[in-house]
Amino acid sequence: MPEGTLCNRQPITTDEQLKLTLSDKGGKQYYAEMEQLEVDTDKLWSAIQNTMKSRLKTWLNVCAKCGLCADSCFLYECNGRDPRQVPSAKIHATLGEIVKRKGKVDNAFMRNCMDIAWSWCTCCNRCGQFCPHGIDMGVMFSYLRGLLFSQGFVPWELKIGSGMHRVYKAQMDVTTEDWVDTCEWMADENCEEWPGLEIPVDKEDADIMYTLNAREAKHYPEDIAEAAILFHVAGENWTVPSEGWEQTSLTLFAGDWEGCKQNVLHVYDAIERLRPKRVVGTECGHAHRATVIEGPYWAGREDGQPPRPFLHYVEWLAEMLRTGRIKIDPAKRIKELVTLQDSCNYVRNQGLKNITREIMSYLVEPGYFVEMAPNKEYNYCCGGGGGFNGIGKYRPQRNIALLKKRQQIMDTGAKLVVAPCHNCWDAIRDLEEEYPMGIRWSFLKPLVIKMMIVPDHLKPQDEEGEE
Amino acid sequence: MYNFLTGPMVWITFLVVVVGLTYHVVTYIRGLDWRLDRVGYRPNMQFGLKGAARSIFFWLLPWGSHGWRAKPLFTLLFFSFHIGLLFTPIFLEAHNIMLRDSWGIRLPGISTGLADFLSWVVVIGGIFLILRRIAFPEVRILTSAYDYLLIVIAVSPFLTGLIARYNVGDYNFWLIVHIITGHVWLLSLVFTKLNHAVFFFLSRAQLGMDYGIKRGGMKGSQMSW
Repeated sequence: MPEGTLCNRQPITTDEQLKLTLSDKGGKQYYAEMEQLEVDTDKLWSAIQNTMKSRLKTWLNVCAKCGLCADSCFLYECNGRDPRQVPSAKIHATLGEIVKRKGKVDNAFMRNCMDIAWSWCTCCNRCGQFCPHGIDMGVMFSYLRGLLFSQGFVPWELKIGSGMHRVYKAQMDVTTEDWVDTCEWMADENCEEWPGLEIPVDKEDADIMYTLNAREAKHYPEDIAEAAILFHVAGENWTVPSEGWEQTSLTLFAGDWEGCKQNVLHVYDAIERLRPKRVVGTECGHAHRATVIEGPYWAGREDGQPPRPFLHYVEWLAEMLRTGRIKIDPAKRIKELVTLQDSCNYVRNQGLKNITREIMSYLVEPGYFVEMAPNKEYNYCCGGGGGFNGIGKYRPQRNIALLKKRQQIMDTGAKLVVAPCHNCWDAIRDLEEEYPMGIRWSFLKPLVIKMMIVPDHLKPQDEEGEE
Repeated sequence: MYNFLTGPMVWITFLVVVVGLTYHVVTYIRGLDWRLDRVGYRPNMQFGLKGAARSIFFWLLPWGSHGWRAKPLFTLLFFSFHIGLLFTPIFLEAHNIMLRDSWGIRLPGISTGLADFLSWVVVIGGIFLILRRIAFPEVRILTSAYDYLLIVIAVSPFLTGLIARYNVGDYNFWLIVHIITGHVWLLSLVFTKLNHAVFFFLSRAQLGMDYGIKRGGMKGSQMSW
C-alpha cells in the first residue's frame, strides 16, 4: 500500500478527513497504515537539495564529534546517559543518514526517525549553546520533522493538530462563532464583579490587540476572563480579533511549514485589518515563537519583524507593574518559596530572561524567590516541549523526560512553580500527577489578579454603597 | 626530492590552501538564505555583526563561554592543543630561516625550548584526544576511523619534526617525512574536516547573527554565543 487513507503524505485539509482521522482512537489504524507507507525517495532527496544550504550542510559536515553536546541534553541525562541520546549521535543517525544515502531510505528507517525526532528531542535548542562550532541540533531536528511530515511520518496527534489549524484556523475545533460567543459569555459572567468589563471584538485602531491559545477558548475560558480583567484594570484600550485570534501553531511541532505560514498569516491579517498599535500574546511559549520569532520569516518578512510590535504577555505585564498601571498589594505578596520556569521558546529563543524576574520582584516578598539551577537561557526544557506532551504514543518517554524538571524543582525546595507557558504548565501539572511531590503551579494572570490593588472606581457599585 | 618539496610543492600547496579556503568562505556566505535560516541578515546587519563578533570572541577565549566553562579540563586540553598546533609552525626558527632565504621576510621566532614544549603539547594533546574517544561512551559512539585519521594528520608533522630535531634515526629520512606530513596537514585544511579552521568562524558567526538578530539580540539580551 503506497499511501493509507489516514496515514499519507497529504496534510489534512477538510473537516471530513479531520473527523475521520480523529475517530481512529489512539491512531490505531493510522499507525498500522504507517507501517506500509512508501517513502517517496525522489521527493525526499529533492526537498533536501532545495532546502539544505550552507547552514545545515555545514552543521552536518563540520561536527567534530567531540561529544560536548552530551551533557547539555536533558534527555541524555534522564535516560541513564544512553550514548544513543547524545544530540550529535541522534541527528547523525537520522538526518545525517538520510543525506548520506541521498534520500534512499526505507519505511522502517523513517519510522525510527519519527520516534527520534519527536520523542528523543524537544527542539529546546539547549545543545546549540554548548557546541564549540555553534551547531544547533534543535534547529536540525525541526528541519528533520519537516521532511518527515512531508512524507507522512508524523505522530497521529500532530497530523490532527496540523489539520485543525488548516481547517479551523485554530489548534482545536473552535469556530469563529464559538470564539465570539465565548468572549461574550466571559464578559457577561464577570461583569457583575467587574463593572464595565468588556471583551471588545474587532475594535479598530485599539492600543492593544490580544491573541491567545485556542485551548483557552475551548477548555479554560476563565483565562480569557483573567486577561480581560487585567486589561480592564490597567485601563487598556484593547480588542480581540474575530478571526486571527489563535496564536499557537501545532504545525510548528508537526513540521508542517506550509501550515505554519497559513497560521501566522491569519494573525497578521487581523493586525492589518484592525491596525492596533501593539499586539500582546498570551502566556504561551511556542505561540510566541511561532508568531513573533519564526513567524515573520514564514510570512516572507525579511526584516524578521511582525507587522506591529508584538509582545509576549510577560513583557506587557512587566510594563504595567513598572509603570504602576497595575499595583500589587504588598500585604498579598507571595510569602512562601516560589520558583520560576523559563520557557525555552521565549527565553532561550528571544532572551526574555530578565523580564520574568522583574515580574517576580513585584509579586514575591524578598527572600522567597528561588532560582532553578541552571536557569535563564540555560534552563532545561520542562520535559514536554516541542509537542512531546500531546503525543500518546510517546507518553512513557515523556514521563521519563519530566524527571529532570522534577529534580530541579525539588532542589529549589519551592512548592509553587510559576510557569508562564502553556506547555510548561501542562508538563508541571503532569509531573505532579505522575510523581506527586505536593507542588502547585500557576500562570501569572491568576496570581496577579489575586494580589493586585483594585482601584475603587472599578469595584462593584453596591459594595461601594455599603462602605 | 627535498628541493621539490620545499620549492615548487610549497607554492602548489599554498595556492591550493588559499584558493580552497576562499572557495569555502565564499560558497558558505553565498549559501546563507534568510528564508531557510529564518534570520534577517541584511536588514539587521548591525545587530548581526555584533552577535557574530561576540560569538566568535567568547568562544576563542579559553573558558570565555558558558560552554567552555562547563568542561574546564577539556577546554584546557583543547586550547593547549590548538595553540601548539597553530603557533609552532608559524614562529618556529627553522621555518623562519627558510622563509627568509626564499622570500627575504621573516616572522618573530620562538626559542627552541618553547618550540619543543609546544610540539610536545600537540603530541600529548593528540594522545589525550584519542584516549578520550576510547574512554568516554558519549564520544565513542560518535567516533569513526576518520576522526582518528584527522588526529593523526594533525599531529604527524609535530611528531616527525621532533624525531628529526632530536636526531633519532636517519635525519634526512625523518626530515622528508616531516615535510610531506606538513603538506598533507596544509592540504587537509581544504579537503578534510580540518576545514573547521574557517568553518569554525563561519558557523559561529552565523549562530551569533541568529542570536544577535532573532534570538534576543534585538531585544537587548546579550547571550554569549
